[in-house]
Amino acid sequence: MSVELTGAEITIRCLQEEGVQCIFGYPGGAVLFIYDELFKQDKVRHILVRHEQAALHAADGYARSSNNVGVALVTSGPGLTNAVTGIATAYMDSIPLVIISGQVPTSAIGLDAFQEVDTVGITRPCVKHNFLVKDIKDLAETIKKAFYIASTGRPGPVLVDIPKDISQQKTQFIYPDKVVMRSYNPVVKGHSRQIKKAAELILSAKRPMIYAGGGVILSNAAAQLTELTQMLDFPCTTTLMGLGGYPATDKQSLGMLGMHGTYEANMAMQYCDVLVAVGARFDDRVIGNPKHFSNENRKIIHIDIDPSSISKRVKVDVPIVGDVLDVLKELIKTLKTEKTKPDQPAIKDWWKQIDLWRERDCLKFDRDSKIIKPQMVIERLYHITKGDAFITSDVGQHQMWAAQFYKFDKPRRWINSGGLGTMGFGMPAAMGVQLANPKGKVACITGEASIQMCIQELSTCKQYKLPLKIVNLNNRYMGMVRQWQEFFHGNRYAESYMDALPDFVKLAESYGHVGMKIERPEDIDDALKEAFKLKDRLVFMDFITDQTENVFPMVPGGKGLSEMILV
Amino acid sequence: MRHIISLLMENEAGALSRVAGLFSARGYNIESLSVAPTEDPTLSRMTLVTIGSDEVVEQVTKQLNKLIEVVKVIDLNDGNHIERELMLVKVRAIDSDREEIKRLTEIFRGSIIDVTDKSYTIELTGTSSKLDAFLDTVKRSAVLETVRTGASGIGRGEWILKV
Repeated sequence: MSVELTGAEITIRCLQEEGVQCIFGYPGGAVLFIYDELFKQDKVRHILVRHEQAALHAADGYARSSNNVGVALVTSGPGLTNAVTGIATAYMDSIPLVIISGQVPTSAIGLDAFQEVDTVGITRPCVKHNFLVKDIKDLAETIKKAFYIASTGRPGPVLVDIPKDISQQKTQFIYPDKVVMRSYNPVVKGHSRQIKKAAELILSAKRPMIYAGGGVILSNAAAQLTELTQMLDFPCTTTLMGLGGYPATDKQSLGMLGMHGTYEANMAMQYCDVLVAVGARFDDRVIGNPKHFSNENRKIIHIDIDPSSISKRVKVDVPIVGDVLDVLKELIKTLKTEKTKPDQPAIKDWWKQIDLWRERDCLKFDRDSKIIKPQMVIERLYHITKGDAFITSDVGQHQMWAAQFYKFDKPRRWINSGGLGTMGFGMPAAMGVQLANPKGKVACITGEASIQMCIQELSTCKQYKLPLKIVNLNNRYMGMVRQWQEFFHGNRYAESYMDALPDFVKLAESYGHVGMKIERPEDIDDALKEAFKLKDRLVFMDFITDQTENVFPMVPGGKGLSEMILV
Repeated sequence: MRHIISLLMENEAGALSRVAGLFSARGYNIESLSVAPTEDPTLSRMTLVTIGSDEVVEQVTKQLNKLIEVVKVIDLNDGNHIERELMLVKVRAIDSDREEIKRLTEIFRGSIIDVTDKSYTIELTGTSSKLDAFLDTVKRSAVLETVRTGASGIGRGEWILKV
């Protein structure tokens, strides 16, 4: 006779079967049985956050930095609504998460019960898929499907809503080895004829450009992208989400492109004749105005696992649907068998042009300033960590400076909310990164506005002894809002001044952490060095920076890539 | 341009709301939508009529395909197809109008399925434009109530939408 398990036991057993080591959550009425089962075992570690949004960001940071599925557990009603920002953040950046939410008992669904919301309805537009488990017999298979859907194809968050009575009922536990779904079979292999066409086009290029996005990171194809770029001697730019997909310190890297991309990357993107887009989606922050972008004639090869990303904003000539890793491997193989070779003289001329653009030195800033320049802090952070830290960020100017000045040579080191642009992401994400990489150096680059959106997590960091290094670029403004108001709203700084700031040093200390306030440029290095020496302590570094500094270059909204505002 | 899209999806609670939600979230318009289970009760077949440029309709079909519960999608405009819509229309029918409306119903190959001394209820099947034409022909003031199913479509000949 087989033993029957409760829904709660089954839930935890499923997580164990999936090899989940760490989950992030917050208990409540509808998930009490599940928490009770968590309590009785020691394979799955639970990290108690202080707000459900942080649980999602932490699971997200865990997933991004480790290539595992991140798992969060929240209760019904407000637990779930608090989590929505985090779910949407992961959805926009295609991060594999499984979210388990409690629900009121099936008999109470639809009756406006205490802590009831239509979880499946609320989350539907911001998940890859979601399930409401209405029969205990479906529970194990549903969780299996959730992990499968989250981690395959274009990854994304999948939610499983479990009513309280289901977590209490009993059934036999069978965890399926695999799932077969007739309605979900993501394409992995690229079409060989399309790959051949792409290879021919690549070899005909006179002004080639490789443009790589987050898909390269998600499919673990950084090595293949690097091989392709270097065998062809092509320039390569990465999007905000693609940083680390190609080594930023390599001479063929043009840095990031887009609204705050480098002059050379944006110009090369605009004026290339063959563009190879790899796991990127031509979004508004990357190419600016699509009409302006299409003014120039160029042939576009687009490799993406999601067919709906292809020809969405820009018409492409050679679409290749497939996993970036698989397609790049095939493409490299095909290129090696081609008889024609790249047009080296033309490419040499193209590099000459690119070098001229590089001479514009678009990321220059005042290095002799008596007030701390935010760029300087990040540059020093880069040097002191030898470029080897995991960097998370919040959203705004500091995020762009981090992307511009920290040179990422490895994938999964740069963790930020690119698509949704979620302030409050940085610190909780860093917690997840630190838990996934206990020996790694983890720094959160933030600002005094963003950090306050999830500041309560200093408490979580204390409880679990997470030695994050928080680099707070404090300019007493919502910097990016202020910058737009300066440029486009006649210097009317409506509600963008951060008044009534706490004393961050004392705040950090009140949570048992180390706080530092740094006001002079000459103190930057010492502060950073000391902070990283304190290996087992969270150090909150409050850098008082220049209030008037702006992020350059900048492509104003609605403008074309070559219409940058330069410093 | 008007496109008629056919799709097969898992016959599960919530599948319809995913399709409807997709259209509102992405700003696509739905002219009509009809859905019912197929001969295989685990599958539903949906016919969607939408208006948009070729690029937009291409995105619509790709986005529909991306929904986990959607099994197959085709744009019936890509080939020869037949479409039919059912309409029930209640009209005021008194005195000489009774004969006139009856004749008109015959011309449009409809049938009167309910009769009172003051009204007829007419069942009419055809393309959406045929139903429009009928309504244009009947005196506007005589129409008391209409209910339409929205178009259903199917490919001609060997063109089959199946799992």
